[in-house]
This record gives sequence, C-alpha cells and structure tokens, in this order.
Amino acid sequence: MKRYPYVILGCSIAAVAAIEGIRSQDKKGDILVVGEEPCRAYGRPLISYYLLGETDLPRMDYRPEKFYEENNVTLRLGMRAERIDPEEKTVTLSDGEKFGYEKLLVATGSRPFDPPMEGIEHVKESFHFMTKADALALDKALSPEKRVLIVGAGLIGLKCFEGIAARVKSVAIVDLADRILPAILDETGAKMVQSALEARGAAFFLSDSVLRFEGNTAHLKSGKTAEFDLLVIAVGVRPNTELIKEAGGEVRRGIAVDECGRTNLPNIFAAGDCAESFDIASGTNRVLALLPNAAFQGRTAGINMAGGKATLKNAVAFNSIGFFGTHVMTAGVYEGEEYCERTERTYKALFTKDGLLKGFILVNLPERAGIYLKLLKERIPLGAVDFEALKTSPAWSAFSPEARAENFAREV
Amino acid sequence: MKRIYVKEQWCLGCHLCEYECAYANSGIADMVRALKGKAIHPRVRVEDAGEVHFAVNCRHCTDPVCVQSCISGALTKGEDGIVRIDKQKCVGCLTCVLVCPYGAVLPSPEGHAAMKCQLCTDNTMGEPNCVKHCPNGAIVYEEREAMQ
Amino acid sequence: MMQLYIRPDYEVIRNEARCIACRICERQCANEVHSFDPETGLMRSDESKCVNCHRCVSLCPTHALKIVKTDDTYRENANWEAQTIHEVYRQANTGGVLLSSMGNPKPYPVFWDKLLINASQVTNPPIDPLREPMETQLYLGKRTVKAEREENGLLKDTLPPQLKLSVPILFSAMSYGSISYNAHESLARAAEALGTYYNTGEGGLHKDFYKYGKNTIVQVASGRFGVHKEYLETAAAIEIKMGQGAKPGIGGHLPGGKISEDVSKTRMIPQGVDAISPAPHHDIYSIEDLKQLVDSLKEATEYKKPIIVKIAAVHNAAAIASGIARSGADIIAIDGFRGGTGAAPTRIRDNVGIPIEMALAQIDTRLREEGIRDNVSILVGGSVRSSADVVKAIALGADACYIGTAALLALGCHLCRSCHTGKCNWGIATQRPDLVKRLNPDLGYERLVNLVSAWKHEIEEMMGGMGINSLEALRGNRLMLRGIGLTDTELRLLGVRYAGDSL
Repeated sequence: MKRYPYVILGCSIAAVAAIEGIRSQDKKGDILVVGEEPCRAYGRPLISYYLLGETDLPRMDYRPEKFYEENNVTLRLGMRAERIDPEEKTVTLSDGEKFGYEKLLVATGSRPFDPPMEGIEHVKESFHFMTKADALALDKALSPEKRVLIVGAGLIGLKCFEGIAARVKSVAIVDLADRILPAILDETGAKMVQSALEARGAAFFLSDSVLRFEGNTAHLKSGKTAEFDLLVIAVGVRPNTELIKEAGGEVRRGIAVDECGRTNLPNIFAAGDCAESFDIASGTNRVLALLPNAAFQGRTAGINMAGGKATLKNAVAFNSIGFFGTHVMTAGVYEGEEYCERTERTYKALFTKDGLLKGFILVNLPERAGIYLKLLKERIPLGAVDFEALKTSPAWSAFSPEARAENFAREV
Repeated sequence: MKRIYVKEQWCLGCHLCEYECAYANSGIADMVRALKGKAIHPRVRVEDAGEVHFAVNCRHCTDPVCVQSCISGALTKGEDGIVRIDKQKCVGCLTCVLVCPYGAVLPSPEGHAAMKCQLCTDNTMGEPNCVKHCPNGAIVYEEREAMQ
Repeated sequence: MMQLYIRPDYEVIRNEARCIACRICERQCANEVHSFDPETGLMRSDESKCVNCHRCVSLCPTHALKIVKTDDTYRENANWEAQTIHEVYRQANTGGVLLSSMGNPKPYPVFWDKLLINASQVTNPPIDPLREPMETQLYLGKRTVKAEREENGLLKDTLPPQLKLSVPILFSAMSYGSISYNAHESLARAAEALGTYYNTGEGGLHKDFYKYGKNTIVQVASGRFGVHKEYLETAAAIEIKMGQGAKPGIGGHLPGGKISEDVSKTRMIPQGVDAISPAPHHDIYSIEDLKQLVDSLKEATEYKKPIIVKIAAVHNAAAIASGIARSGADIIAIDGFRGGTGAAPTRIRDNVGIPIEMALAQIDTRLREEGIRDNVSILVGGSVRSSADVVKAIALGADACYIGTAALLALGCHLCRSCHTGKCNWGIATQRPDLVKRLNPDLGYERLVNLVSAWKHEIEEMMGGMGINSLEALRGNRLMLRGIGLTDTELRLLGVRYAGDSL
C-alpha cells in the first residue's frame, strides 16, 4: 500500500487550489488526487458558455495539462473514494485499492438535489446542469424544435437558459419562489433580470412548482401546464459529506471546518462545496457553494496541510454573473439600512448595518465593484471612509491618504 | 519584481496616462488613428477628487485574489510576477472585477472579457507607457519592499 | 469708459486632424485658454488669455497644438512698434505702471555674442579633458593674507572663510514667494548634488530646507524678510542685496496674493499682505554704512561665513565695487541689466542699468589697478545663458557665475514672462498649490544637475582647447578673448583686442 504525504479527494477547484497551496510550502511531497469525473479540473460555471459556443472543451480546463505533472500530482480519475479510515490514515477507492495518507483533503463537492415530483421516473429526457458530462448530454439533445422545461430559477437554471435559449424552440422556467434568483436578488433586481430573460423568450412560472409529469406535460401546482420535450432539474445542490460522516467527523449542513480548513478528524481537511465556511456577513456557518470560495478554502487547507499557516477569515457569499449582457453582482446579506439608485438599465442597492457594509446588489454597474466588496470583506468601519462619496461611485479617493499610501505606494 | 507605484503628491490629474495606455494597447502605431473620435478604455484610471488625483492600475498582488477567483483559469500570475488575463479563456463573468479591491480589473468594452494592466508586456511598448509619459513622475515603475 | 481693444499677441493653432480631444490642454492651462465643446466634440481656444507658456504644446500627446505670433498688424512704423502702441493703450485703459517679468527683452547688444574664445595651435598644446586632469574646482572669498607663523614655525591658519565650489556656477537669488517651494527644493537639492550653492533670495529660508544649509547662500535685503540668527547660522554664506540687475534703484513688491501661510511664516510677515522691499537699505547711505552691516553680519556669525555684497550693474559700478572691496566684504556679486525678475516695472527693467559684460570688465580692471582684486572674489549674473558665457565671463575677470533664468528654464520655464500673474503653469513662479505640484523636485533637481553637469563638460572642453587646465589660469585672461563687431570704445572697456589682432 502506497502512502502519500497528501491525498485529495475530488478534482475540481478546491483540489487545484489545495495543490497550489501545498506547493507554496512543500515543493516535493507526492500528491494523489482522486476525481470522480473522468477529466481534469475545469471551470464548472463554464458549461453554459460551452452551450453558447463561447468556449470549448480545451479552453475549459482550469489549469493547463502540464500543471499536474509539474506539481508532481498523481491523478486517479473516474474513481470514487468509498471509505476513509482516520485511525490507520487510509482511503479505500471504488476499485478496492487502498492508499495511505499523511494529510487528507476532502473536496468532494456537491451533487444536484431532485425534489419529489410525481412521474419524474417516466420523463425520458431529463438532465441536470452541473458537470461537463451534463452539458455534453444536453448539448446532444438540443434542437430547434425542442421545448425545454427548467425546474429552478436559480443561478444554475438561468445560466442553463442562457446557454440553450437560442438553440431550442421554447423554454419554460418554474420556481417555487416569487422571484427569480431568490438567493441573491431582491425584488427590484430580480425583475430587471427577469425582463432581460423574457426578452430572450423565457416563460416564467413563479411561486409555482411541478406536481407531476404526464408524458410531455408538466402539471403545475397552480393548475397550469407546461409542455416540454427536455427537462432540466436545477433546484439546488447537496454537499457530499458522507465520507466524513461515516468516518465519524462532524457534519452539519456541510462538513464542519475551522478557519484553517481542518475537520474535527485528525489530519483531515475539507474544502469546497462540501464544506462550510464562517460567513462574516450573516455571522453563521454556511456552505458557500461558490467557485472562488472553493479556491480560497482549498488554498487555505493546502497551505496548512503542508505545515504552513493560513486562515480564511473573511468568507462571504458573492456572485458576479451575466445574462445576455445584463450583469449582476451581489454580495453579503441584505439587512439593515438600504441605499438605492435606480435607472432604467442599472440598479444599485447597498445595505449597511452597525456602521458596516453588509451587502450589495449591482445590476449593470460592474466598474470598480471590488471596492465595495473590500469594504464588506474587511469590515471597514464606514466612519473611516467617505461613504457618502462611495455610495455614488466606488473610488479610492474616499479612503484616507494613509490607506492609499499603504495600498498604492508599496508592494501588496 | 518591478511594479507601478503611485506618488499621489505629484499627480496632476492630467489623464495623459489614460490616453497613453489606450494608445499602447490599441495595436495601432499612430496615436491619432488609434484614438481620434473614439471613447477610450484605458487600463489605468485616474481618480479626481478635488485637489487629490492619482492613477490606479493593477497592483500585481503577491497573492492575487482575482487569480484565485477566476472561474475559467484565464487569470494567472506568471513566474515574472505579472498577473495576466488570457482573453481566449475569459468568458466575461467579471468575478475578477468584483473581487479586485483596487478596482483595477475592468470590464472590457467589447464585453465577453475583463481587462487589466499587464505592464505593457502584451503590447509593443516594452515598458509601461503610462509611466514613461507621466509628465510629473507621479507613477513610477520600480522595485519596492512590502511594508511589514 | 470704453477700453481700447488690444489684440492678443499669439494665436493658438490646433491641428484638428491630430487633436483627439483628450482635454489635457484644458486641464493644464491655468489661464483657461482651452475648453471642450460637448456639442461638436471639439476643443476650442480663447487666445486672448494665452501667455504662450507652451504647457499645452508640451503636454499634447499628439502634438496637435502650436502657438504662433499673430500676423495681425498695425500700419508699419519703425518708431511706433506694436508693443509700444499696446503699452500706451494699456496705460490709457488702466492708468497703471506697467509690470513685467523675467529679463530685459529689448534688442540691446549682447556682448557675450561678440566675444570669441581662443584655441591652441602648434605652439602650445590643447588639453584633452577626458584624458588629463582639468580643474574646475574653485574657492570664493578674500585671498589677501599675510603669512603668519606660530612660535614653532608652523603656519597659522589666517585664511578668511571661503566657499568651495566644484563648478564655477551657482544658482542666483530667487526668493521663496517669487518662486515655489518645489522650485526651491529642486535648486537646493541640485546645489547639494553638484557641490555648489543656491541663493534664498530675500524671502527667508523655509524650515524644511535648513538641511541644505551647507549649500545655501542666504540673503539680507532691504526688507530684511526672514532674517534671524538661525537663518544666518544655517547658511554657508550671507549675501547683502543692495540691488538687482532687472530693477536697479528700486525695491521689490511681492503681491499679497503670493503671501501664503508658508511664505508668511518664512518671511516673518503677515499672511496676504503685500511684501514691500524698500529701494534703499535705510541704514546704508555710504560704504562706511555698508561696512557696518558687513561687520555686524560677520560678528553675528563669528567670522565663519563669507559675506557677499550684491549690486546691480550701473554706470558707476566700478567705483562702487572698489568701495565694496574695501568694506570687508569677501565677495562682490554683480547683476547685469538682462537679469530676470519675478516682477518689475517694465520701464525700469527695459531702460535702467548696464550690460554685465561691461560692468564686469570695468570692475575687474579697476580692482586690479587699485591692487585690491584679491580682496574679493567676483560673482556675475544677469543673463549667463550657456557654458560659453561662463567661460567668457571668467576670462573677463569673474570668479564664477550666477545662473537664474537658465536654471528656471531647466525646471520647465518657457519664458512666457508672466511670473507676476502668479499663474505659472510650470509650477515655478506661483504659490497656487495645484500649480506648485506640477514641479516635482525629484525631476526638477535632476534636470538642474543635468544642465550644470553638461555645462561643466563644455567648460572643460573649451578650457582644454585653450590649453588651460584650471579656472585659476583662465580668470581675467582676456588674451583668450577677441571681440567681433565691436567699436574701439567697446573693445577698450572690455579690455580685449579685435578678432584677428595677433600678438
């Protein structure tokens, strides 16, 4: 049985970031990566761009092929880890092979969640929209005469719509919530994005859900029906936490980790969509299933696995996403006092509480939005900046000359 | 590594750096042909606030959050320390724009991609054109230590 | 009352085919000549406000701008030229004394340009300064000392205080107030880097610049601005300003607008109130009075610092210099009538005084004849424009030269001669913070160092050509000069022979 200094379960963003984190400390120690998908890491959010024709399979690779070799990484792809034994520090794979580890990272991600819908088992062409394989399968099934029903008007469902809108006859989208993107937008923002999507042919059924499928007809709770040829289920995801749970580790909504990425099992770390983060905006431990957060967590865990010191103290939910040129940026929580600016094309909402920026929504106002995110992530007291000026336009002139000198007159 | 640093005290807010940047990255040899009658989209931006002026461009952070946040692997930090964007890989999600605390990664005018200062390594200038043409030494290109 | 229209002297010519409407000209013009017309998307200019400082021309990235002299003309008249007519109109409009800046622009003869330098051929070898030593170091101060010995036979050090220079060039007096903080910092830092001196002028010394004291000459003028014990003690030398080449016989007047908080502190006068330097020093009416001031300044500084007495080049300069040389002063500074100023009445600037070349030649001759040349060193200024002027000045008898206008040009001055408006677009002759910051001393001092280093090389080349390897051997060596286009009287006064007049 081979024993690796580092074993990573999962081969996506958190895994790659962990490899980079490990290599920032330890240039040599062998790394074994076990990935369930039969391919190297790719940007999962790119699958809608793939359907749009704005990227292709080679360009979707998150890191160049040579990355793994250069970093002395052994890849075991198309393989699941079945069991972790924290006592003897081993992992057993689906083919029965067993490896030892010194440090283990669980970066197993999440899987789509299917809500109970009667008759779903008889729907012939049903898809998820999460992996490259999902996208390739959907890509094959798309044709101009097809009608598509998407269940879920969240980020995944709507990005899927953007990817396929021009390639099918019609798309209907059903969501339980009273607005689209309920997790990241308020009513105003949601309406703006909704009309942009409707202009491209999306038919929304909101505050509604599928009761049952009958052949090519979906019967909705409202009594309406939607005819479809292809079904895409994009209701949400569930973290893959079983390996840790079965090994006796602490699992809440996701795997519980400290700010270094450690689980409560010795030598075992977790990162990415399977793990929780402490969200500074809400003040709670949450699964922040977002690509950058997976990278931050993976990198933090990797550094600590290799004996370095890194902590992730400013995790927060944020999204930057566009639909047919309507661009949405959001972050944090929408609590406290609200400052709004609205034009026909743009919308800005800033949420402040206890002298801090807690969250924001920016529609079609991407320029320099990072300055808002800085305020939020670094919990900068708004009294220390000219927030009145920042409200209208994010700029460094609203910071103190000392802050500017620190950031622009030295290495950062 | 050599980076661009701001000497705010000497910035006049003339915005010449913005035009020199737009020109440098236009790929057109003649400045008039490159810029006349066009809106410019420079990668360096001058902030004006009363008597305070200063130019902002990519800091080429030691630990760049834009690179970590990029969903497509289009942003990389090279061996030379320069943070670059591969426009072929970029799909224009603008996550980098959202995470850059300096506001130095910008949406590119043609959409579909972000853009940022690459210290004129991606054009024919050879050295940062903004620094070269700053009339008052308000931006410099040099080695400096990180503050402890 | 209807004002007589005075057409602008210059026209702003914008090459529309090149202009990219970047509006840098607009942002950089303190006179508000340029503006952007959003309706047409084109730039406009109002030339009535243009002073031809070339800030816009210099900064225009596409070189779309040029400033030309207007070709609008009055009926030709060699006696009543346009400028003369304008001045009459301006005075008829306002009833005021005309004010001007920088040096005398009238076409008086420039004798530097009528003097030619010798070179060695055959009978004496030229020296290659790149291969052989060339001494450009010098000392300024009194040289007459009797050798005195200790009882054990060792020489006593009785040498009066000296200024050591590594080049025969100093920066002349320009006060803080007339020029900006950043201009002063540039001059101070350049003087330090070059191993020479700059001169505070009569405006006192800013606290920040005390650290450059060993390269600073401080001035004591009729207004006594900013003079106190520490000021005198900080300096390397003290200059008593009796007069200025650009405005001999009159005092100074710095408008209240230029008396910022900093300037007021430095000058020790109230903020915003006009600073008046009287025409005379009220305690000096004779050489004897001057000697009292020289003595008291020496006493105040424990005889450690050379005292310079600066006068404007006027008709009786030689006799006055003779008196100064006997007053105990260590150095005489003479300022010719083409010397610059931040502000002077136009009539004074353009009509009073004499050329520095004449004054210098006469003073050197007079002091030699009287056997007191070594009592003092001679510094000359008042339009020394190049290294050739420096070489000619030394050959005429100077020890070293003051440069003012040339130094300002190095800092970016474009000789628009509008210093008195306080809106210097180059950040030199202004106290407006947004304009002052246009002169970054990091760049300014480097340009000054470049200029003087270049001149030094050229001086070495010219000296080498003459077969001279030290300034000592060039000083007063009028045989190294020949005149051209000069009258017999001019030749006599300059003490040089005509070109071709072989020994």
